[in-house]
Amino acid sequence: GGMAAAAALLLLLVVAAGPGPGRAGAGQERRDALREELLLSPLPTGDVAATFQFRTRWDADLQRGAVSHYRLFPKALGRLVAALGVRELHLALTQGFWRTRYWGQPPLQAPAGAELWVWFQPTVTDVDKAWKELSNILSGIFCASLNFIDSTNTVIPTASFKPLGLANGTDHHLLRYAVLPREVVCTENLTPWKKLLPCGSKAGLAVLLKAERLFHSSYHSQAVHIRPVCRDASCLAVSWELRQTLTVVFDFFSSGQGKKDWSLFKMFSRTLTDTCPLASQSKVYVHISPKNKEKELLEVSPPPTSVHEAIVQGEKKTYAVYDLLSPSLFNTSRSLNVQLKWKRPQDSSEMPIPTLHAQRYVGGYGLQTGQICTLIYNTHPYRAFPVILLETVPWYLRLYVHTLTIITKGKENKPSYIHYQPAQDRRRPHLLEMLIQLPANSVTKITIQFERALLKWTEYPPDPNHGFYVGYSSVLSALVPSVTAMKDMDVEQSPLFTSLFPSSDGSSYFVRLYTEPLLVNLPTPDFSMPYNVICLTCTVVAVCYGSFYNLLTRTFHVEEPSRGGLAKRLANVIRKFRGVPPL
Amino acid sequence: FQDQAEQFLRSGHTNNWAVLVCTSRFWFNYRHVANTLSVYRSVKRLGIPDSHIVLMLADDMACNPRNPKPATVFSHKNMELNVYGDDVEVDYRSYEVTVENFLRVLTGRIPPSTPRSKRLLSDDRSNILIYMTGHGGNGFLKFQDSEEITNVELADAFEQMWQKRRYNELLFIIDTCQGASMYERFYSPNIMALASSQVGEDSLSHQPDLGIGVHLMDRYTFYVLEFLEEIHPASQTNMNDLFQVCPKSLCVSTPGHRTDLFQRDPQNVLITDFFGSVRKVEITTETVSLDRDVAGFESKFPEEELATEPLKYAEQLPVAQIIHQKPKQKDWHPPGGFILGLWALIIMVFFKTYGIKHMKHVF
Repeated sequence: GGMAAAAALLLLLVVAAGPGPGRAGAGQERRDALREELLLSPLPTGDVAATFQFRTRWDADLQRGAVSHYRLFPKALGRLVAALGVRELHLALTQGFWRTRYWGQPPLQAPAGAELWVWFQPTVTDVDKAWKELSNILSGIFCASLNFIDSTNTVIPTASFKPLGLANGTDHHLLRYAVLPREVVCTENLTPWKKLLPCGSKAGLAVLLKAERLFHSSYHSQAVHIRPVCRDASCLAVSWELRQTLTVVFDFFSSGQGKKDWSLFKMFSRTLTDTCPLASQSKVYVHISPKNKEKELLEVSPPPTSVHEAIVQGEKKTYAVYDLLSPSLFNTSRSLNVQLKWKRPQDSSEMPIPTLHAQRYVGGYGLQTGQICTLIYNTHPYRAFPVILLETVPWYLRLYVHTLTIITKGKENKPSYIHYQPAQDRRRPHLLEMLIQLPANSVTKITIQFERALLKWTEYPPDPNHGFYVGYSSVLSALVPSVTAMKDMDVEQSPLFTSLFPSSDGSSYFVRLYTEPLLVNLPTPDFSMPYNVICLTCTVVAVCYGSFYNLLTRTFHVEEPSRGGLAKRLANVIRKFRGVPPL
Repeated sequence: FQDQAEQFLRSGHTNNWAVLVCTSRFWFNYRHVANTLSVYRSVKRLGIPDSHIVLMLADDMACNPRNPKPATVFSHKNMELNVYGDDVEVDYRSYEVTVENFLRVLTGRIPPSTPRSKRLLSDDRSNILIYMTGHGGNGFLKFQDSEEITNVELADAFEQMWQKRRYNELLFIIDTCQGASMYERFYSPNIMALASSQVGEDSLSHQPDLGIGVHLMDRYTFYVLEFLEEIHPASQTNMNDLFQVCPKSLCVSTPGHRTDLFQRDPQNVLITDFFGSVRKVEITTETVSLDRDVAGFESKFPEEELATEPLKYAEQLPVAQIIHQKPKQKDWHPPGGFILGLWALIIMVFFKTYGIKHMKHVF
């Protein structure tokens, strides 16, 4: 199993300055390399998805030995990894939702908001303390409110989120996972992300990253992944890999103005003019494979430097490749504006349905109870496969686990593995992890009922009528059977978008899906009531009690009318003369 | 040259900081975020770097779903000036803008794990500009529609800053309704304050934009921004000109200012003393030689030990391993107070009923 997997990941290292067997000598440079790549894939609905990947691979071991000279690898992240004992770090900031049903399987999806999951090294003794420090430091680097990550939204999954890099055993106590669904993503998060790139946003593919166009989209996700990878074929030494990915989906109607023809200028309002001098590879891939394997639907211009075929997510796909480092590309014009044109119009019947997709909704009515329903669709005609479902529900929605039902094709479907950790009020959220077998061509419905709790009045956010987020998007991790068996890839030679997940065998590919974030209204008090109550109560007390007190404690005594002062007597004398009665 | 040197010696500060706070949430308070971002933009343009600016925005307007032009915040109705820009660093966002965090930033009493960009690391030679905008009243300023800061708290915070020598001189600008009430209670030295309206007056907004649908800026900050656009890092404009900005005819409210706590005459205080970051440069004539031997640096890396057998990647979905996973051993905790108390009660009742002589059977 594992050894075969390692053998399957053989890659041929360029032997220019290769180390001697068994020894990475002192005095040899620590080599780091940058590869950048842009993948444009038109989606069945007329939208277009652009995925940027910037990968810096550094042949040094950040954990051992004091590394102090940073070249391409950003120092802020390198020191973070070394100081806190981080083995793997994945941070994603996302705005919008990837519609798997209409757009197909995502290359790498992330839930709306901020998602952070980290594997720590076994040498870390206090994982919770390191986790808290890490989220604070990252909130400073990325200008995001990651400091709100604490025990109320952190969970420890026991079966999902296995490490994506080299791993020596997987003790899940070293894993922490947190999602902040309320997190907003805007230019202030993009700016520090761009500053981590070796060329910044001044040269290469990153010149296309302008905030006004990137945020005017249906889906925007930027992520940072750090993990240890094999340095070479023998996999005896560790290199550290930093991948920065940015996926954006431009909407057919708002950005495309209703036309299906796309170009780099239409999407980003910029074109590519030169390459980043620090990059060893800089390519643009355009997905042109035909849907039903007949003639090509898509025409690209200018003509690509080469055509690449790869098996991605279980299917054979063809890509037009523009190699920015090849001298012939910028010969004719100083700028490269890739244009995609459709040769013939598409019918809606050609829209492929992905093998695995899911949706989730909240059922019920009123402000007391409700139920969370998740529907998972397996559209493969004859293959069944397992899926791990991870649900995190905040503590203020009290789940009733005895109402958990999983129904497939009318019959109950018992999961092969369940891990449930109930919530503790104000301390820990619910965690529910299940391994469910999905039969071929079926819909699985998972329902669980909950009750809403009443929060203390200081615990409400300033805008409680916005709602509270339920369940932070269930995560489905699955090994989906592939249509075409995948061959062993040479990681260094194949495009970056094919080497995101380490593949074990060719018969299935790994995919991780997230469902929609849900909003739920909790019973919200009227926050002006304390003031009103105080006024009313004080008035009542003052009027009723005050008068009562006065009545009880006031003493009455008769007062003699005074005979009047000198002025009064004088006035009486004058009045007597006038004949008017005296005062 | 002589009186330029005198100018340097007169002001007495060596670094500049800015704390810019917008305290309002919700889309219709777009103008408060635009106010704060305009001041941020001017302050950056005049030289204060992002590391010396603490920017607190209580809501996100640029990427708000109601913004027809995402990632932009405009200050003028013809959409001439995008004050949000491309290079913005917001230190405190959204729910982090609270009275507690604001006071912690000012006084420096911050939890130890706070990153540097969220701290006000000023010293006794720092000139600090504090700009606040939002909704306010007589003696208070509303934070995010759920809490307030009073003028007494603010004055005490400034006194704490003075006691801890966290500022050399402080310029406080506030653009809210009845803003002058916020500076009435200051009692620490070296503070100059400006407000957009007197007690009993409302600060009004400037002009709505029909495309975006909200008012874009407040009048006072709009005219202050116009004034600041003409300042460049070497200009000699002084504070008296800033006091004249936005007379009653343009602003409808009467801007006020307070200079009695300030030691220097406002005539001698330059705008760039607070809004810019003019560094003093010392020219030296002695040469410094750098170490030429840089190549030898790389060879100082320790020798790496290689693994004896190849490392491998983890399997992403090991079904068999997951199914046969042993459940995590629950850590044993000793029984808590309630259970202990309950048991103590039961045992006490038992022995009370049946007599103490049964105790000897227990031991």
